[in-house]
Amino acid sequence: MSGSFRDPVVLRSDDEDLVDVLEERRHGSDLGFTFRTFSPPSCPAPSVSSSDLRQSVLDSLFLRHVAKEVAVETGSPLEMVMGDARSILEEMSQNLQLGFIRLMAFTLTKVFKKLFRSIFINMDGLNTLQQAVQENPVVLMPNHRSYVDFLIISYILFAFDLPVPVIAAGIPLAGMKIVGEILRRSGAFFIRRSIGSDKLYWAVLSEYVRTIIRKEFAPFEFYVEGLRSRTLKSLTPKLGMMHMVLEPFFKGEVFDITLVPISVSYDRVLEESLLAHELLGVPKPRESTAGLLKATRILQEDFGSMFVNFGCPLSVRSLCEGRIDRCRFNLRPRHVPQQPSADVQACVSWLAHLVVRLQEEGSVIGPWSLMCCQLLQNPVHVLTGDGLDWQQLSDGTVWSRRLAVDCGARLSWSGSVSDPDVMTSAAALHRSVVQRRRGRVYLLQGEEPERRRPIGSEDGVMRTAAAVLMLASYRNQALHVFVRPAMLAAALNVTRSRRREQLLGFFCFLQDVFSHEFIFVPGRSTQDFEEACFYLKKCGAVNIDDQEVTVPDSGLEVLSFLQKLLQPFIDSYQVVFRFFCEDGPQVFSEKQLLPAVRQFATKLILSGELHTYEALSSDTQKNVLSALRRLQAVTKLRASEQNEYKVNREAVRRTADVLAGKIPPQMLQATPDARL
Amino acid sequence: CGRQPGSIVGVHVHCYPNLCPYLFFFHRQEIMKWNGWGYSDSRFFFNKKGQAEFTGRRYRLSGLIIPGLKDWFESTFGASLQHKTPATVSPILNSSAVQPPTLNEAFVEELKSTGIPLSHDAEDRVFRAHGHCLHEIFALREGKFGRVPDMVVWPNCHNDVVKIVELACKHNVCLIPYGGGTSVSSALECPPEETRSIVSLDTSQMNRILWIDEKNLTAHVEAGIVGQDLERLLNESGYCTGHEPDSMEFSSLGGWVATRASGMKKNVYGNIEDLVVHVKMVTPQGVIEKSCQGPRMSTGPDVHHFIMGSEGTLGVVTEVTMKIRPMPEYQKYGSVVFPNFEQGVACLREVARQRCAPASIRLMDNEQFKFGHALKPQVSSIFTSFLDGLKKFYITKFKGFDPNRLCVATLLFEGDREKVLQHEKQVYDIAAKFGGLAAGEDNGQRGYMLTFVIAYLRDLGMDYYVIGESFETSVPWDRVLDICRNVKARIIRECKDKGVQFSPLSTCRVTQTYDAGACVYFYFAFNYRGLSDPVHVYEQVEHAAREEILANGGSLSHHHGVGKLRKEWMRDTISKVGMGMLKSVKDYVDPNNIFGNRNLL
Repeated sequence: MSGSFRDPVVLRSDDEDLVDVLEERRHGSDLGFTFRTFSPPSCPAPSVSSSDLRQSVLDSLFLRHVAKEVAVETGSPLEMVMGDARSILEEMSQNLQLGFIRLMAFTLTKVFKKLFRSIFINMDGLNTLQQAVQENPVVLMPNHRSYVDFLIISYILFAFDLPVPVIAAGIPLAGMKIVGEILRRSGAFFIRRSIGSDKLYWAVLSEYVRTIIRKEFAPFEFYVEGLRSRTLKSLTPKLGMMHMVLEPFFKGEVFDITLVPISVSYDRVLEESLLAHELLGVPKPRESTAGLLKATRILQEDFGSMFVNFGCPLSVRSLCEGRIDRCRFNLRPRHVPQQPSADVQACVSWLAHLVVRLQEEGSVIGPWSLMCCQLLQNPVHVLTGDGLDWQQLSDGTVWSRRLAVDCGARLSWSGSVSDPDVMTSAAALHRSVVQRRRGRVYLLQGEEPERRRPIGSEDGVMRTAAAVLMLASYRNQALHVFVRPAMLAAALNVTRSRRREQLLGFFCFLQDVFSHEFIFVPGRSTQDFEEACFYLKKCGAVNIDDQEVTVPDSGLEVLSFLQKLLQPFIDSYQVVFRFFCEDGPQVFSEKQLLPAVRQFATKLILSGELHTYEALSSDTQKNVLSALRRLQAVTKLRASEQNEYKVNREAVRRTADVLAGKIPPQMLQATPDARL
Repeated sequence: CGRQPGSIVGVHVHCYPNLCPYLFFFHRQEIMKWNGWGYSDSRFFFNKKGQAEFTGRRYRLSGLIIPGLKDWFESTFGASLQHKTPATVSPILNSSAVQPPTLNEAFVEELKSTGIPLSHDAEDRVFRAHGHCLHEIFALREGKFGRVPDMVVWPNCHNDVVKIVELACKHNVCLIPYGGGTSVSSALECPPEETRSIVSLDTSQMNRILWIDEKNLTAHVEAGIVGQDLERLLNESGYCTGHEPDSMEFSSLGGWVATRASGMKKNVYGNIEDLVVHVKMVTPQGVIEKSCQGPRMSTGPDVHHFIMGSEGTLGVVTEVTMKIRPMPEYQKYGSVVFPNFEQGVACLREVARQRCAPASIRLMDNEQFKFGHALKPQVSSIFTSFLDGLKKFYITKFKGFDPNRLCVATLLFEGDREKVLQHEKQVYDIAAKFGGLAAGEDNGQRGYMLTFVIAYLRDLGMDYYVIGESFETSVPWDRVLDICRNVKARIIRECKDKGVQFSPLSTCRVTQTYDAGACVYFYFAFNYRGLSDPVHVYEQVEHAAREEILANGGSLSHHHGVGKLRKEWMRDTISKVGMGMLKSVKDYVDPNNIFGNRNLL
């Protein structure tokens, strides 16, 4: 179990009861499944047609209030503004119909049977969900790792006779011919990507979401991470939608809201190579029906198993107790827009982070993730050159399995198959990345990414980088288990100190620096530190007393492994810091930054100064930027229209020095994480 | 001060109060229960056949059998007639269990010399040591007495009160005014930390109408008079006040003023603050009153508003001039069934918007509708029961109302016949727009009758492991539905969390409409079998429910007052400065805390 992390209101049954959804489909008739009687338990309120839903949004006092404001601001007549609102709503609106759910279920059954060996779900989670949907509005909050998981929740709920959700989706999906409409009728509603300061759009969207929650007629599903994670690592939650979802509770319009963290994990992700290339700056292909049809060739491939874990339902009411003063909404009509107060913002952020952490806790780690952890402990030139001894890899993986279990991981490691066979089959599943030849394992360099004129050696770097980033993604699936102990290991290594207080200081500094890289629940630094201590002690890596943390010789192996896990991140961050201090302009836009940093890092790799290819990942680069903004070493220029930033080189240098252990952290105080 | 109290005592003891000129005499306990609600002769019980009966001859329900009550009671609470919890002490109070009085001899001596009647008899003291909160009655049934007043005095007129207050100041004695004893805010509880002698000042003998002014339509009345006597006596002259709080059988005029009472028919007559023209109150600093009876004044903050709601912390209200009206020519009850509570609330809101509310309009939720249904007395003829069946069929089958969702509004119209009928049509037309169906006068009348017997039902519940209480709030219209849903759900969740084994009764009704909001009443009761400290659990749940009310924009109280039960929320309710204002008034008027019941602040 994972130490002190669990909140008293968060319960999870530990004996799992996994069921393969596809098992029955392989034996039964797909048509029978598609047309069977669907009689889910009723939601708290009767169903609402999509046109009634739209109408109540249009009739809402809130929308009318905002529309009047917009009319005054823009000088256009109110009817026109309301007309705009109506068309926004039409573009957005879902149109859930059982017939299309059946169509979706039929199609997905066919597709899933081709793609996956099995889709495992935890029955206890589904059973508690069945109870929950009848009591309060339920918000399903899955992580997002692949396009495939877009309808998986609906599919499972249909298969198990539970009410099918309304799903928040990105507008590009709506643009797909026919498919867009099918998604719409399967319950998806569509949100524009860059809403910016379009006041009317915000108003329509937020009222639409709130109305769905208030009407309690169907579960609501959205990705709190905001988008698909390109790195298979959890993303820092987006708070806008989360706030819309929670507001009806804050304002007393519903008694409670139930949040259900859902973790979807894959043995192998369909888009693995696309994702790696996207991180290297190759634009993602546009969502189109033609593209989807083209992609059908992947149906020939084997993607192993998929795991969907329904977490324990969380009561927003219980979680918010003592955090929110609901009386604050007493003195204004609730439909008059109000800037969320600090406590509300902090609470929304905290809840969102908590859910993402629980998604992490619920996700399943496969043997391949652990193998990637081991592979990446070695220099890249070894993997691409002489290769790694298979026996060494498998011994290391078995060793790290113990460590992962000690740190509270949920593993999918078959007990009925021998360890070597498990790893052999994992390697075989990923033969597009690694090759096993004569007792050694080699990293395969990807095919040519479609770029404009490739330029010799730099192109070679990109090809290697793509392969490394694929390995890194699978390693990332396991990282949430190790990250806290690894940060303590790094603190021990960097500070060379044994004093708890000092270690905690550096640990907190690392949390600040990596605030966008890993998920830390705000306000839990000390508990996170305690948790790290607990695990390291549990696996015998450290001894702990009141004041000191000491390392026995037997602990060095663990510490070195953990430290190496974190090293690529530390190195990558240092590269970006260095870029800012040496090369970079004082003022830059995000668009300019990414290629420039990539070029800078490529040069360092070619010159042999930098060993990690992960510094090339645009995700890492963006995370550094966010962290520096949080630490106020980089500030956004207010006047700028193109999202321009200004660097405070001195502050960046100080951060780099602390990270390198040259100066002690002086509690670089970041502003409390309570942005919306 | 002419009449001696002795002339009342004894003469009418065996009469029913309806025939008796005044309800209360010195020893109220002779006609009233000392450890339960109301008249000793009126109570519910389950007869040998397991049918509920209501005893006595005072109420429409008296002497009748209520066949549906047992099933409702057992199924709602999971209670059983086999599991009884009768009061552990006999109906006769055992005075040896009561602490001997702490007397201030000098005060007693001087008081005796004035001739004002007094007593330190244990029964008299215990009777005036409590209101009707659940914990108070529960303790009495178990024979537990906390701090009780050391003495009771019965002033006969304003001047008697002046003398008592002077002596209390002189000898530093704590005074607690006592009117009808119907408080549900722990206002009458003696502060356990009080070390001085506590004297209960019973106003029941100040119960005369001193004059009626037919030109101005006002009456000058002594504050100890109880509601039913005031109404009956005015009726004899062809007038009424129209002020009818649910407790009007027992509560007193002075108590209404001191707690800012509200009456059922406030839509026609107004609440107490609208009815009062002039008040006289005796305080440690002297008597406060206005110099004239002008209908409205602009003379700084209205000092009446220091008196109204002061809850006995500043002085004793002795005389009140209040508005009276000619008795209405015609009264008509009515009721409307709605398909669900939401529609019902929407209808009440519309009625309020059009400002056409009848004298009373109340909306019960589905649980209360069922409860009311269970209280139907046995019907005498097959024809009536046939009609009832037909009505039920019409509503649930023909009109498609879900019996588990429908709810009912009860109405009372008053005025001259023509206008009443016109008014009635207007209200029913509005109701129809919200899917409401007229459901007859009988249902309406029974709804109002229930108000008076519901307190007796709590005593029945307490015989069978069921405890409960009601509490109220006022809330803006846009929040009515939310507050009803959330508070009811909170009660259910809290009960579950606190280990209550059976699902509770958690129900509400909207009892008053205003331009900008409504008054909502919650009833909450549960079966406490299996709990070691049921009263504590009850208090925790009620506390949580109040928090929920406040979080949903409801007020701390609409008319029950604050007392000591809701004191903790006063600062948040009226702000720190507001508290300071009230405190400074208290400090000036009563620097030695002679009126030491410690309510409100």
